[in-house]
This record gives sequence, C-alpha cells and structure tokens, in this order.
Amino acid sequence: MMRQNFYAAVFAAGITLILTCLMVGVKLTSEGTELRVVGATSAQWAWILSGIAIVFLSQLFRDHISAASAGIPRPDFGKLLPAVSVQARLKPWLIAAVIVGLAVWPFMVSRGAVDLATLTLIYIMLGLGLNIVVGLAGLLDLGYVAFYAIGAYTYALLSSYFGLSFWICLPISALLAATFGFVLGFPVLRLRGDYLAIVTLGFGEIIRILLNNWTSLTGGPNGISGIDKPTLFGLDFNRRAAEGQTTFHEFMGIDYSSSYKVIFLYLIAVLLVIWVLFVINRLMRMPIGRAWEALREDEIACRSLGLNRTVIKLSAFTFGASTAGFAGCFFAARQGFISPESFVFIESAIILAIVVLGGMGSQFGVILAAIVMTILPEFAREFSEYRMLLFGLLMVLMMRWRPQGLLPSKRPHMELKR
Amino acid sequence: MLQINNINTHYGPIQALHDVSVEVKKGEIVTLIGANGAGKTTLMMTICGDPQATSGEIRFDGEVITGQPTAQIMRKGLAIVPEGRRVFARLTVQENLHMGAYFRTKAEYEETLEQVLLLFPRLRERFSQRAGTMSGGEQQMLAIGRAMMSRPRMILLDEPSLGLAPIIIQQIFQIIEKLRDDGVTIFLVEQNANQALKIADRGYVLENGRVVLSGSGTALLDDENVRKAYLGG
Repeated sequence: MMRQNFYAAVFAAGITLILTCLMVGVKLTSEGTELRVVGATSAQWAWILSGIAIVFLSQLFRDHISAASAGIPRPDFGKLLPAVSVQARLKPWLIAAVIVGLAVWPFMVSRGAVDLATLTLIYIMLGLGLNIVVGLAGLLDLGYVAFYAIGAYTYALLSSYFGLSFWICLPISALLAATFGFVLGFPVLRLRGDYLAIVTLGFGEIIRILLNNWTSLTGGPNGISGIDKPTLFGLDFNRRAAEGQTTFHEFMGIDYSSSYKVIFLYLIAVLLVIWVLFVINRLMRMPIGRAWEALREDEIACRSLGLNRTVIKLSAFTFGASTAGFAGCFFAARQGFISPESFVFIESAIILAIVVLGGMGSQFGVILAAIVMTILPEFAREFSEYRMLLFGLLMVLMMRWRPQGLLPSKRPHMELKR
Repeated sequence: MLQINNINTHYGPIQALHDVSVEVKKGEIVTLIGANGAGKTTLMMTICGDPQATSGEIRFDGEVITGQPTAQIMRKGLAIVPEGRRVFARLTVQENLHMGAYFRTKAEYEETLEQVLLLFPRLRERFSQRAGTMSGGEQQMLAIGRAMMSRPRMILLDEPSLGLAPIIIQQIFQIIEKLRDDGVTIFLVEQNANQALKIADRGYVLENGRVVLSGSGTALLDDENVRKAYLGG
C-alpha cells in the first residue's frame, strides 16, 4: 500500500515539476526586437519547489489525509429545509413572501447590488433551461451558450435593423432559439454521453465563430451597440425623451434618477424568472416531464413502453433552448451592447457548473447554485486574477464533499410501513 | 394472436435467426427455451422492431407489424418486460407505473393502477419509494406491473427469473399464470426451462438461431433430448 502510494507520489510530483517548469520556470520576454528566454527568479523557484513538495507529500500520505477528512462533517442542506408535509403547507405563503421580497428589495439597496441581482437572475434562467436538458433528460450539452447568443443577437438585430421593441422580440428570440435547438437536436439524436457533448461543443463554437465573422450583419468582433432598453408600455427610462415620446419620470411627475432603469430591468428579470419557473414546473408535472426523466434513467425501457425517444429528446432540446433565448434577449436589452466575446465556451461551462453544483434536476438547487456562482466572484474581486483557480478549487471541493450537488432533487429513498 | 413466419434477423453480417416460425394463440402461455446466445432475446427484440427482421413476416392480431417503428408496435396492445428488468431506478414506483400508462387517459390509468396494485400488493407498500432501492424481486414485479399498465392483450416476458432467489421465482411464475387467467396472452423467454415448461401450454426450443423442437409443455418436459440438454438429465 505504502509502496504504491510512493510511486503515485513520485509520478504526481514529476508531473507537477514538468508543468510548473514550463509555465512558471521559463518565460519568453522580448527585449527590443529579440526574444529571450528568462529563467525564474530564486523566489519563484522556492515556490515551485514547495508546491512540488506539497503534491508529493499529499500523495504519499493520501490515505491518512482522506481518513482525517472523513471526520469533517459533511453539510446537508436538505436538512435545513422543513419536512415535506410542512413544506407543502408553507409553499404558497413562502412563494408569496419571496415574490414580495424580490419586488421591494431593490428600493432599499444600492444600484450595484440591484445590477448584480439582475445578472444573477439571468444565470438562474440559463441554469433552469440547461437543467431541462442535462438534469432531467440527461443529455450533456456543452454548447448551451449558443442558444443564449441566438436569443441575444435576435433582439439586437431586430431592434437595430427594424426597430422592433423588446416585448415583441422576447417571444421571437425564444422561438428562434427553440428552432435552433430543434435543428441541432436532429443530428444528435443517435448520440449519447461524450459524443453528444462533443457535437454540442462544436455547435456552440460554430455559432460564436459565425457571429464573429459575419461582419456585414453582426458587426463581427465589434458587436452591436446602442441596443434599445425595454420600455414600460411605451415609456422609456432615459433622461430626455425621444421625439414625440414621454419618459417614465415625466409621466410620473418625479425627478429623473438613473436607478429607475436598473430597478426596472431587475423587475423584468424577476418576472421572466417567475415565468420560466412556472412553465418548467408545469412541464415537469406533465407526462413529457416524466418522460424526460425516464429517458435519462433507461432508454431501452422507454422504448419498450412505446415512447418515441426522438420526440422526447427533441422537446427537451427545444424547451431548454427557448429558455436560453429568453435569457439572451433580456441580456442584450440589459447590456445595450453585445459581441461574440460574451458567448465563449467558458459561459457554457459556468452554466453547466451551476446545474451540477445545484444537484442535477433540482430547480431549487440550481437557483441556489446560480446565486453562489455569480455572487462569490463579486466578493472575491481582489483575487480576480485567481478567479478561475478559485472556480476550479470550488469544483474539486464540491466533488469531494458533496458530489450529488447542493440540493439534489428529492424523492424519498425509503418509506416505513404504515 | 402472434404469428412469426420464417423470420431471418442479422446483426451486421452475422445472422442471428434462421427461418424462425413461432405461433402464439390467444390465451396461451408459450415459452421459448434455449441456451445462452441461442437467439431468444433477438427474437423478442425482432418482434419489437429493433433490430428489424431482414426477411419474413410478423403478424399481431392479423396486422403485419414487421417494418413498423418500435414506438408504433409497442402501442398496439403488445407489451414487453425487458431482460434485466430495466426499471427507472431514480423514479418512484408510482412514477414508473405512470410511465407504463403514458398513452392512456387519467381515468384509465387510475383504474388499471388499482388492478396492478391488487396483483402486486408489494408495490402498494413501496408506492413512493425509488425503484432502484427495492430488491430484485420487487423490481421484477414493478417491471411486470409497468408493462401491465398499458392494458396489453399480449405480454412478452424476457427472462423474468433472471438473478432472483428460488422462492421469488416461484412467486413470479404464479403471477404469470394469474395473468393468463385474467386473459392476457403470454410469450415467455426463459433459461429456467423446467419452471417455464411446467406452466406453458406449448414450447419452442431454440438452438443457434433455429427452432429445433416444438410441442406442448408436458411433451417437451418428457422429451429425452430436452431433458439432457436443458433439464440436467
């Protein structure tokens, strides 16, 4: 046992040595017109060596470490929730309280906080949408951000070319994203697991590269700017109204404040999230929702029951995509500027991380995870260079201590005889 | 009720079934026995349309079902309990049963549910438990119950005794007889030849993808060759 660990430790330390030497130990710097290879400073070497020592020791004594860490209590957030029967009784009140809280809250906090909350709500929408595809139907989609991009660009283009308003574009964006989901669904029907992941990853990249290079339509890497903000029944939130229009503060007879716009966007986001939650909850109760889960569990059994897997998979893809289209349309309206930069692979990865972190298939978990994933980076602003490092660390810790997610979707495992 | 006429089935270049003909009449229990790799499961799958037969014809209630997609075939009053049970492990017993009645109205679902729960009182006890946490025998009951939820006129059972304790196997076979008494036609694929032939009206023996013997259940039980090959002398 010890011997085996020793070999593993030497191996891991060797890999660390190679990686750190290449990434930190040698650097190319340009001096004038020449490139020169510069070695690390002695302080950096000390860091590298101590890192290698840590890897070596942790591998050598990993049995002791995991024995010691087993003693650390694992958090069970499910226990914090009241029992199922109590939950059912409290549910309507709880929902009402949360909605009222969400509606009142922005008037009491800073503009930055409301803005951050709006961003969080976008990620909640995206997480809920991907949760249908990955969590419920069990289809690993790594290119989800493509549908988000399609939603965003649909609004941006329709608004800047045809002057269509946000409210008209919202359903159009969702529909168009759903169409793309449907189209992507066809070729990938026969694929599963890792093969599906690769194709969806490719799809995500195709959309991004297309947006980046179709300069005449999308503006390429420069993106589209000056996208109209949503209006409230034709009232906009600018300081001065456009020709023949009234602004919100003039109509209400109050002084102009830029925070109205932020709060208004936030309230739209709240409404959209409530709408998405409502629709998905309905779908999950309908036979199609159960069929998604059944397909995830056992495809052959599904077919033996006469279910058409084509229809089930396509519907999951389509509904998931339309949610992303929704979120994308709102995102474009909120930012006022979009470019392909906003729809890179890392966004897909973050959304997937939200679903996995939340506990696959659990809506409440997804919401919780979306909040954690958007708010934590804000608190860690000072370490922004280390953001990806912290992100990775969080993932490793999660997989170590709570592989089933923060709040896995709940079903009684056992029931006592009555 | 089910007529299989000269079916040939291939997996790529390999021929798994050679000119197989089987008939199951209404109200019968017909069993198909054979060793590992004889083609029993392939025949079952061919009936369900996956893989499709390369030649030959399968009729269910007079209608030709060869060439139709699986999802269509499985909605015609034909149900299968797949090999290895294949219950939806992370769904509850109730949700599993509900999936079985996917294409039926709520009223029909509730009516059939009562009947299935009467047949399997065990499932009532486990109603809101996850299927994956139950014992093998309970899962097999659930798999049969799920198939029954579509109110089929005929049910295909693929090795229902696989991996179960002898006492549970007894129960499962009793249930199969009970289903027949309720008017469901049964086509049973088994490796447990002794048990299967005892309850079967008729039986077929499959060897290397060919039907080598057929006859009534008792006749096959007494057959010298069958005794030697499948019943341990």
